[in-house]
Amino acid sequence: MMTAHPLIRLLDRGSTLFLVLLGAFAIAIPVLNLLMPEGSALHVSTYFVALFGKYVCYGLLALSIDLIWGYVGILSLGHGAFFALGGYAMGMYLMRQIGDRGVYANPILPDFMVFLNWSELPFFWYGFQNFFYAMLMVLLVPGLLAFVFGWFAFRSRVTGVYLSIITQAMTYALLLGFFRNNFGFGGNNGLTDFKDILGFNVQAEGTRNALLVTSCIALAVCFLICRAIVTSKFGKVLIGIRDAESRTRFLGYRVEAYKLFVFTVSACMAGVAGALYVPQVGIINPGEFAPGNSIEAAIWVAVGGRGTLTGAVLGAFVVNYAKTFFTSGALAPYWLFMLGGLFIGTTLFMPRGIIGTYNNWRAGHADKAEARSAEAKAAAPAQPSAAE
Amino acid sequence: MGKFHDRILAFAVAIGLIVAAAGFAHAGPYEDALEKFTTDEFSDTAEAVTAVATSGNPLAAPLIAALQDGRLQFSAKDKKVLIKTADDKLIDAETGKPFAGTPPDDLDTVRVNNRLRGVIDAANGALTLMAPDPNQRYESAQQVFKSRDAAVLPAVEKALESEKVARVKKVLNEARAAILLAADDTSAADRIAAIEFIRARGDQDSLALLQSLPADLPADVRAAANGAIKTVERNLALWNTVQNLWYGLSLGSVLLLAAIGLAITFGVMGVINMAHGEMVMLGAYVTYVVQDVIRTSYPGLFDYSLAIALPLAFIFSAAVGIAIERSVIRFLYGRPLETLLATWGISLVLQQAVRVAFGPTNKEVGNPSWMSGAFDLGGILITYNRMWIILFTAIVFAALLAMLRFTRLGLEMRAVTQNRQMAAAVGIRTARIDALTFGLGSGIAGLAGVALSQIDNVSPNLGQGYIIDSFMVVVFGGVGNLWGTLVGALTLGIANKFLEPFAGAVLAKIAILVFIILFIQKRPRGMFALKGRAIEA
Amino acid sequence: MSTVQADPKTTSALLYLDGISVSFDGFKALNELSFIVEPGEMRAIIGPNGAGKTTMMDVITGKTRPDEGDVFFQEGKFDLSKLDETEIATLGIGRKFQKPTVFEMHTVEDNLQLSLKNDRGVRATLFWQSSAEQEARIDQVLDTVRLKHLRARIAGSLSHGQKQWLEIAMLLAQDPKLLLVDEPVAGMTDVETMQTAELLREINKTKTVVVVEHDMAFVRELGVKVTCLHEGSVLAEGSIDQVSTNDRVVEVYLGR
Repeated sequence: MMTAHPLIRLLDRGSTLFLVLLGAFAIAIPVLNLLMPEGSALHVSTYFVALFGKYVCYGLLALSIDLIWGYVGILSLGHGAFFALGGYAMGMYLMRQIGDRGVYANPILPDFMVFLNWSELPFFWYGFQNFFYAMLMVLLVPGLLAFVFGWFAFRSRVTGVYLSIITQAMTYALLLGFFRNNFGFGGNNGLTDFKDILGFNVQAEGTRNALLVTSCIALAVCFLICRAIVTSKFGKVLIGIRDAESRTRFLGYRVEAYKLFVFTVSACMAGVAGALYVPQVGIINPGEFAPGNSIEAAIWVAVGGRGTLTGAVLGAFVVNYAKTFFTSGALAPYWLFMLGGLFIGTTLFMPRGIIGTYNNWRAGHADKAEARSAEAKAAAPAQPSAAE
Repeated sequence: MGKFHDRILAFAVAIGLIVAAAGFAHAGPYEDALEKFTTDEFSDTAEAVTAVATSGNPLAAPLIAALQDGRLQFSAKDKKVLIKTADDKLIDAETGKPFAGTPPDDLDTVRVNNRLRGVIDAANGALTLMAPDPNQRYESAQQVFKSRDAAVLPAVEKALESEKVARVKKVLNEARAAILLAADDTSAADRIAAIEFIRARGDQDSLALLQSLPADLPADVRAAANGAIKTVERNLALWNTVQNLWYGLSLGSVLLLAAIGLAITFGVMGVINMAHGEMVMLGAYVTYVVQDVIRTSYPGLFDYSLAIALPLAFIFSAAVGIAIERSVIRFLYGRPLETLLATWGISLVLQQAVRVAFGPTNKEVGNPSWMSGAFDLGGILITYNRMWIILFTAIVFAALLAMLRFTRLGLEMRAVTQNRQMAAAVGIRTARIDALTFGLGSGIAGLAGVALSQIDNVSPNLGQGYIIDSFMVVVFGGVGNLWGTLVGALTLGIANKFLEPFAGAVLAKIAILVFIILFIQKRPRGMFALKGRAIEA
Repeated sequence: MSTVQADPKTTSALLYLDGISVSFDGFKALNELSFIVEPGEMRAIIGPNGAGKTTMMDVITGKTRPDEGDVFFQEGKFDLSKLDETEIATLGIGRKFQKPTVFEMHTVEDNLQLSLKNDRGVRATLFWQSSAEQEARIDQVLDTVRLKHLRARIAGSLSHGQKQWLEIAMLLAQDPKLLLVDEPVAGMTDVETMQTAELLREINKTKTVVVVEHDMAFVRELGVKVTCLHEGSVLAEGSIDQVSTNDRVVEVYLGR
């Protein structure tokens, strides 16, 4: 009973349910969008497709944060930056795809460079016309930054709020940098006016649906990777680090290596989320580096349930749906009150989040059931006492 | 052409001054000159101005001022010149007494044309070199130094003879030296002497003057000039450093002011308060409200608005802080990451509350008169608002240190933060101390808000701009150590200002952030970290 | 103050400390401490609060670097002052903390699973599969500390005494050469204390043990050589009867 088959370990009831639901959405939404006639009660608007695609990307970002925060106890406020870096890498690919269809019709230089009177492409833009190179960078840039940053931070045993603060400082430094024109990423305006991706028009309905499905697949794959990590012995070490770091160290585990590995993996996932996000919203600008974004993403995780993976995704969906709902109506001025209240309320009254609270409640029920059966046993002949 | 004439005239004015000084007691030149105003000829008026300016008569200044403002009246018939005061009274230009009797019926204004204005300016220059107010003489001499107008040389020399105030005399000497250096026919010995004066002055203008000297100077003059240029350049580099230090000190004091409250809540209590910036913002809005009330109801009190705002801002921010501590933070002690999130939520709520109440735009907060303006100190310009903020920061810091060290509350705060159980055991009400400590930190943030309202835009986002910097300062300086915060803030402020000339403001800031990130890796507990077993637990 | 004269390179000692000094902000936590543990020995360390017992453990396990002095392990083979916690743990020094520290969210079994002597690398744990051999080893260790019936329980739900034993079990699972046990019976009932003494004697049959303890009855029960620390150095060493009648020890403990 202790050594369940790896696949069963990987896919417990919640995870299976999650993947089934995700798959259902990934199939149903494109079908209802493309095949149902407009005006039909079952038709799903293209606006909704893009919106849902955006939520899926947020869900993936939340998942990546949950992996590092929920299981290792490291609250990274740098994941917004990894997300944005992945987004910029994708944005650079999309910019190069514009070719001579830009306002200035320069076949090589993106519009903003022509506008700034640059005569040639900066070296770090080389290769981005190639999709696979760009995708490699989506993983590599956030991953490498996380690796270098983490290598320094974890080795010097920067932990807890200190780590949160310096990851926030890192994000802030990147924000300031990307706002600068001479940084070479379009400054204030960022990258936008994308035309097509892999030859398909980014605005087309088909492309939008394809991007949604791709995002869902990415989320599912990353979810499985996370599950594999947290259900392995490695995952148990992570929880050990979270709950008793020095005990883990004195048992002979190289804590910093574990942290570094998870931090890097999680940063790569955030980068993927950003890369999928950009073609669906059509723009990436330095605003994505705002420290507030990273903190907001952390609250999605807290709302859904830290250390549950599925909860993180759920939290991202719930909070962002609420955001869309409230900020588009007359209640817009009150949204920030609600978001603020959500931060306070979750930490005070529901620290385990939705899924965590549910699990707890179910475990409570199970305990009661166990207690009932134990009572029934107690009526039977007394067993040898457990205590010595 | 006109310019040349003006010079000649100005020269004449100056010459006249000497003459005037020679025959000061005689009543002649001034009274004689007056008659020329009555001919209604520009050339006569010009001569008259010159003569009046050189007369040394105390009425000369008001008369020329009246001419400039179109208040000088004349009667061709009566040969009478009258000064019309601002409130339309007539004064006899000859005697300075109010004009009695009926004004002549042909009374007309003395006309002024452009050429004449030049003459009047020169006359004014010469007049102010002899003005009774030393500040006016000083300014005037500075003007001469900058213009290097050869025509004024005699006036300068004349003024030098009678000048008693040392600093005015110094500038007069420099002005004279500048004129001599700029002139073509100065002897080598005079030039070398002049260079000496310019070298001693040693500012940017001196350097420009020395560098503008023609190449074909006699060798000894050239050598003196080159030596002087070197000295001035060194001097300027020194002042530049001082200026950077001053700017750095100023930035550092702002950082310190914003961070010092955080040093209490985060450093001493260990509570990570992301809403700290909003406490600063609230303090700034208290200042705005105070000024608004003063403007509409008691305009005379405007200069005291900050003094009124300070206690109110402290009390208000402290009250909000205590409310936050009692309602949220106390339930999260020992869970720093949750505290971070909850207080971030609070910061969103506070920002939005202010946005709803006051609107999202910047609010106008005025500088009281004593906060505006600037003065020169050696080679640097010091603005009053920066100076007062530095002083204010120093006072707040000293008061806080004294409070922690010498008061009962301070003692109890230190006791609670060092050993909570023990403090509780000896009868300290730790919950009350927590609330008060948090209130103190927030109140200080409110004080910072009052000061920052003077140099920054007062908007709901004010606090966001300071929160990251504040945390950097506290972490860099070493958590739990107020002196560390002081050193941290000043170091970062000064480093930032020294980097700016090379890297620009944004890159300098990025460089500082990267530096701190690396620094924390090296010394995770900051510069002045406590060492030992207890804090690691 | 006895200075160890043996050459560290030829010492037969398992653990060899010579002239160790550590200071925190001017306070000398250890003052030229010298101390030797022979292989197979069990040593009890006593001393009033602040005598430097925990700091000494920190120095041995690499948590604190000594300002000066030598720390050698295994007949002078390893210089512990140059290694970090992980490396020292891998060499075979297990440490039980003063406050029982187990993985509260894991089951008793997982706690031991994580402690078993295995490759501690990232890759190894990512692709690790349990084996019958490992399970048997866990059973064996649980038997030793008498916690077998609690195998599936979440560690956080154990009693204080059970956590102490679980932590000792985790040390055993590591299969160390030297066990450092810091206050194993703090907060235990008398019966539990005696059981713990018995357990440690059992463990000592195969391993070297250093026990730090305040409880004199427990130390007496162990019946081993005792070292008394005071103000960061060794005050007295010998049997419990010798040490407890030593004038200076009495003076330190009773303050005369």
